[in-house]
Amino acid sequence: MITVDRLTKTYGGYRAVDDVSFTCRPGSVTGFLGPNGAGKSTTMRIIAGLTPATSGTAHISGVAYQDIPNPGTQIGVLLDASAQHAGRTGREILTLSAITMGLPMSRVDEMLELVSLTPSESKRRVKNYSLGMRQRLGIANALLGDPRILVLDEPANGLDPAGIHWMRSLLRDYANRGGTVMLSSHLLHEIEVIADEIIVIGQGKIVAEGTKAELLQTAGTFVKASDPSALANALTTAGLSASPSGDGGLRTSADPATVGQAAAAAGVALVELRPAEGAGLEEMFLELTAGTQRDTVTEGVKA
Amino acid sequence: MSTAAPITIDTTRPGVPLSRLVKLELRKMFDTRSGFWLMMSIAIVALLATIGCILFVPDDELEFAIFGSAVGFPMALLLPVIAILSVTSEWSQRTGLITFTLVPHRASVIASKAIAAVIVGVAGMLIAFAIGALGNILGAAINGVDAVWDFTFVDLLLIIFANVLGLLIGFMLGVLIRNTPGAIVGYVVYSFLLPTIFGILASLQDWFKDLQPWVDFGYSQTPLFDGGPSGEEWAQLGVSGLIWLVIPLAIGIWSVLRSEVK
Repeated sequence: MITVDRLTKTYGGYRAVDDVSFTCRPGSVTGFLGPNGAGKSTTMRIIAGLTPATSGTAHISGVAYQDIPNPGTQIGVLLDASAQHAGRTGREILTLSAITMGLPMSRVDEMLELVSLTPSESKRRVKNYSLGMRQRLGIANALLGDPRILVLDEPANGLDPAGIHWMRSLLRDYANRGGTVMLSSHLLHEIEVIADEIIVIGQGKIVAEGTKAELLQTAGTFVKASDPSALANALTTAGLSASPSGDGGLRTSADPATVGQAAAAAGVALVELRPAEGAGLEEMFLELTAGTQRDTVTEGVKA
Repeated sequence: MSTAAPITIDTTRPGVPLSRLVKLELRKMFDTRSGFWLMMSIAIVALLATIGCILFVPDDELEFAIFGSAVGFPMALLLPVIAILSVTSEWSQRTGLITFTLVPHRASVIASKAIAAVIVGVAGMLIAFAIGALGNILGAAINGVDAVWDFTFVDLLLIIFANVLGLLIGFMLGVLIRNTPGAIVGYVVYSFLLPTIFGILASLQDWFKDLQPWVDFGYSQTPLFDGGPSGEEWAQLGVSGLIWLVIPLAIGIWSVLRSEVK
């Protein structure tokens, strides 16, 4: 179990992590979702004892990271798959970790097989690895000491869809056996695929948290008409507030039946009418990222 | 899902012993192509220096002291670079993310690196001198004379000690600067520019002349190559070493313990 309590990290006047508290429980995969620069990596580095917190604490089952004897055998950490000596082979990197933890060398072969790195790939130098291969090596390194807790920063980054599916099965199976998994991502769909519990962070603060089901299920309706402005007028006339939601559609907190009636009363022909599944989280995430994105996202009703 | 059994951390498990870390650091010095050839360069450079002595030194002057200084001189640059790389690569190559995650006690990691660097330094010096000794025997055989061994065991120990000091200076700069090019430039400034400045200062200012042995670490090391320091010279070595090695190393270690590993 990972417990983060009122964690704050400031760099000069900049609050990278701002009063963050959460818990990652055994048996579930907790997804840490946020745009780039939201404070995900800083939080994870504090958990692993690499960055001192300005205030607040992070504990692993009640123990500070520095006080865990031979930590690699109790908590597996992957912070940056690219942070490797480019001149070492994949196998050598795992061998060094195995020596540190005092593990038999057979463990290295087991892990290479688990993450599907072939013997010839494992003898290549890491500078010749794709990002996906580095991620697999990083996962192997985190799992090497057979820990019960995993902390993975952007592990799906660089993996192809099949790789993401593989990681989901791997982590699902790990959590089902009672393990605790915390993983971060800046991509909503990765988190949706892999995590059971989601913590959303933006500009250093937690903006939402809950189970995937809770966060993705939002009361509301997605509706789309061939004439978007007529639809918008119809909803306003019926006293329903609506906001634009990608693809020229509208999202409203009313249920589909009410929206359908409002459209029928105004004689607006609908193209699409359905419960707004997951739209809440997606909208929230888009809003969060919009603030930090360099490109402006053009959205809304076209005239 | 959240009803899974709680996971406890075993705080009674044995930690990672220092001996294992030293073994690990030694392995890390050899396991990349660049690291391996840097190590090999100790023997290669010693061999080239020895061959050079046989070829170019006048036959009647060929004695072990010549070979000793010829093979020892390049070590003064190679050994500090080895020590620098063993520290700075954790930051420059960002391997520290794994190293300090697996061993959160950073002081142990730094200590194991220092021990490994000294082991490599002493072994490297012995190998270099062994090559020089072979050259001395070979040179004498070529000239048809008896080999001259005008070099005592104490001389050997003092030169090894001086080179270990040089290696530790590199190590100190690595810990303090934590960036490979920066630390190497730092070493060049430290070992070539500083002595020049001190020399100029001593020649211009009389008051500095008496002070120089106490504050110029390069100057106070010269007796090590010249038969061994006297009692006062040992004290001068200690005081200047405190200023230029021990204190900066302490500052470097203090900042490593507090810094953020990214």
